[in-house]
Amino acid sequence: MQWETVIGLEIHTQLATQSKIFSGAPTRFGAEPNTQACAIDLGLPGVLPVLNAEAVRLAVRFGKAIDAEIAERSVFARKNYFYPDLPKGYQISQYEHPIVGEGRVEILLEDATVKGIGVTRAHLEEDAGKSLHEDFHGLTGIDLNRAGTPLLEIVSEPDLRSPQEAVAYARKVHQLVRWIGISDGNMQEGSFRMDANVSVRPRGQAQFGTRTEIKNINSFRFLERAIQFEVERQIGVLEGGGQVVQETRLYDPGRDETRPMRTKEEANDYRYFPDPDLLPLEIDAAFIADATGDLPELPDAKRERFHARFDLSEYDASLLTGSREQAEYFEAVAQESGAPKLAANWILGELAAALNRAGSEIAASPVAAHQLAALIRRIQDETISGKIAKQVFESLWAGEGEVDAIIESKGLRQITDSGALDPLIDAIIAANPEQVAQYRSGKDKVLGFFVGQVMKQSQGKANPQQVNALLKEKLKA
Amino acid sequence: MHDKTIAELRHDLDTGQCSSVELTGHFLDRIARLDPRLNSFITVAGEQAMAQAAQADRTIAAAEAGPLTGIPIAHKDIFCTQGLRTSCGSRMLDSFIAPYDATVVERLDAAGAVLLGKTNMDEFAMGSSNETSHYGPVRNPWDTDKVPGGSSGGSAAAVAARLCAAATGTDTGGSIRQPAALCGITGIKPTYGRCSRWGMIAFASSLDQAGSMARSAADAALMLQAMAGFDPRDSTSVDTPVPEYVSRLGADLDGLRIGLPKEFFGEGLDAAVAASIQEAIRAYERLGAKVSDISLPNSPLSVPVYYVVAPAECSSNLARFDGVRYGHRCESPRDLEDLYKRSRSEGFGAEVQRRIMIGTYVLSAGYYDAYYLKAQKIRHLIADDFRSAFEQVDIILGPTSPTTAFPIGSKMDDPVAMYLNDIYTIATNLAGLPGLSIPVASAGGMPVGLQLIGNYFDEGRLLNVAHRLQQETDWHRATPPGFE
Repeated sequence: MQWETVIGLEIHTQLATQSKIFSGAPTRFGAEPNTQACAIDLGLPGVLPVLNAEAVRLAVRFGKAIDAEIAERSVFARKNYFYPDLPKGYQISQYEHPIVGEGRVEILLEDATVKGIGVTRAHLEEDAGKSLHEDFHGLTGIDLNRAGTPLLEIVSEPDLRSPQEAVAYARKVHQLVRWIGISDGNMQEGSFRMDANVSVRPRGQAQFGTRTEIKNINSFRFLERAIQFEVERQIGVLEGGGQVVQETRLYDPGRDETRPMRTKEEANDYRYFPDPDLLPLEIDAAFIADATGDLPELPDAKRERFHARFDLSEYDASLLTGSREQAEYFEAVAQESGAPKLAANWILGELAAALNRAGSEIAASPVAAHQLAALIRRIQDETISGKIAKQVFESLWAGEGEVDAIIESKGLRQITDSGALDPLIDAIIAANPEQVAQYRSGKDKVLGFFVGQVMKQSQGKANPQQVNALLKEKLKA
Repeated sequence: MHDKTIAELRHDLDTGQCSSVELTGHFLDRIARLDPRLNSFITVAGEQAMAQAAQADRTIAAAEAGPLTGIPIAHKDIFCTQGLRTSCGSRMLDSFIAPYDATVVERLDAAGAVLLGKTNMDEFAMGSSNETSHYGPVRNPWDTDKVPGGSSGGSAAAVAARLCAAATGTDTGGSIRQPAALCGITGIKPTYGRCSRWGMIAFASSLDQAGSMARSAADAALMLQAMAGFDPRDSTSVDTPVPEYVSRLGADLDGLRIGLPKEFFGEGLDAAVAASIQEAIRAYERLGAKVSDISLPNSPLSVPVYYVVAPAECSSNLARFDGVRYGHRCESPRDLEDLYKRSRSEGFGAEVQRRIMIGTYVLSAGYYDAYYLKAQKIRHLIADDFRSAFEQVDIILGPTSPTTAFPIGSKMDDPVAMYLNDIYTIATNLAGLPGLSIPVASAGGMPVGLQLIGNYFDEGRLLNVAHRLQQETDWHRATPPGFE
């Protein structure tokens, strides 16, 4: 039987606010346990939540970025369950009336087609604390620093049809939240966590199969593998005559498998009801305009523009718009150098490789955009060759100064003066009579040998085109 | 000294006839001597009170005193007090000391009031007789075999017995007005959102409201003046200016339109109470008020609606008391579930557990629509009834409670009979309206309370209407025998 995979994702992204969603405690990562939790985060008696307007602003930005309807009125609800790292015994979330309604995210598939993925909703909620089971013998430690951290939960429609599509969508959302500055997207620190709802059905069947939910995945690689495993597991169950049980599962990267969570933890009836401590959240057009007025050009628009205006391939344009920093870097280099294709090649080639080796990101690149642009200009005006340019790039990377100064001080200027090249070429021809004879007998390939020799002896500074022309001329005789 | 109103005490303090230290010492002495009969205080803060009094005397000497400077008061033990135990009448919080003051506490403290201690109450404010307290029942000073009402029974008994000049209370379904009625004092529950709920331990967040309990409407006005106002720490507090309550007292009632809801005078109302209310109505007519019959057709549903909404909210509000971070924790728990179950079973009394279970049930999947959602819809209808009524009248008048105080133990086995005590008070909480109770008679030696309900934020009028009757009558001056 042919099976079709159906996937929907729930993504929890931490909003980049200074303070928590319902208290004034800071949200900084990595502080000593329980030093960033105030009376409100601890759920002491008599305390009350007050909504952080900045969290609302960031949620509105996201809504606008995915072209979703922003609810004029949304409602906070309590999700009730007991757990030691949930201080109030309930999580404040949004249930029936989320702040962001239906929207859409476009992903680029491997065959270069674009697929629209529906976003059902996105809602504001607070994070729970952390239970630490490892460090205490027979006891569990509770760290409430994270309790009350603002999250935006982004729920997709079950529109994804493969693990690869799921990853493409997740990456797209990840790109977007960072792009519009609402989250740092740091996956190691838990700022971007994914739950995958996975089911399979016979191809052609309209009805969805029974789904399982894989919780708390914090890398794109694990997301792909977890879904892949789960799809195969479900198909195995169904083909073996069994039935998929609707349950929550966890992915274990060590064993590369998903396992059911203890059923007790998911047998909860959360008893949602509107939080009487918080009034319905009402936002007007002015607030939305204020929150979204400075939204940058979005990645899709930028990609299309790069493709159309700079004549880059869809693929290169999409790589360059992988992050806002990279896109802006590219645009600066392209504009200053006047050579967008060369700029793209350098950024995706030499610079990307160097950054990768250094484990760094473009925002921290030691080669500034104006420096790379200057380097490209020097290639364009034939001051240096492409090969020498790599040498100059390395000097730029090492912080040895500006482009022109490096070229001068190292004497890297391309030799374009035929007066300087003539004696060099003549000497090489004189020194290699055998090869000259071969060339003249019709073995054109030998020309490469001569070019190589000239380049070598000029330490790469000769202009290859010019050398070619001069050699052809002199060998003809 | 203890029989004087706040205004009289203010005069004595400002003219040097007594100091706040003397006054505070006097009340502390009365508490030590008389409260063993009543059990109205859970915690007495003698040392702290004397220090506050000394500070107040310095303020008075510097001629910087406000209306409440140096006046000894008490807080219901539901208000968090920094450094002083806040038990909420529960074993769960027997050792809880808050690291912050409730806004109401903070404001009265800033006004210079002296805090004598924390008053007894039904556990987590759940009760109408003050019998559910972990610290034992409070006794009614008019007859110590009878209940003082609840849940602010400690505050009501302490004010009635002249153990403090005034006290704070909270009212979720009548918890200020009903004990005020049963103990013969004046108590006002303002509009929902008028006083901040910050630091006030939540029972049912959409209904809870702080208010003042005092010997007269004028004293209650002085207290409320200091307590009320917007607080950015409470999202449900309302940013509306607080009018001058006291300066308005004494305005005449000529032409005041008073409505009598027929639903408040039907079956279940004690005949003696009914007669007393009729007497008060005649007094108001003599003062120039125009009395008419009105109807609040949905108000008979207020008790069942309340006993869905309030337990629902309480089941969630009390989830934080889990034995993990503070409060009662059972001995040597076997595992997490055992920790939760035993800590909560041991820490909460029977009534609190009953309400948590009711609340959990009505919010459960499959029951939510039939109970919680339906109750919320009826709640809107109840509020609409009042809205229509206030198009015709300025004040709604009726009994506060169907009977006078009943014997301790007489209703503890019949929760429904107990819940019906609040049949006249609950609707105002569901609508968020201000309500007030004043003593207007004595029936069989026990005080009878009259309830006045006002429109939103019309506390000023409400207090004046109460005050005008108190200018004509002396019921609020009556002192329980043995506490003179």
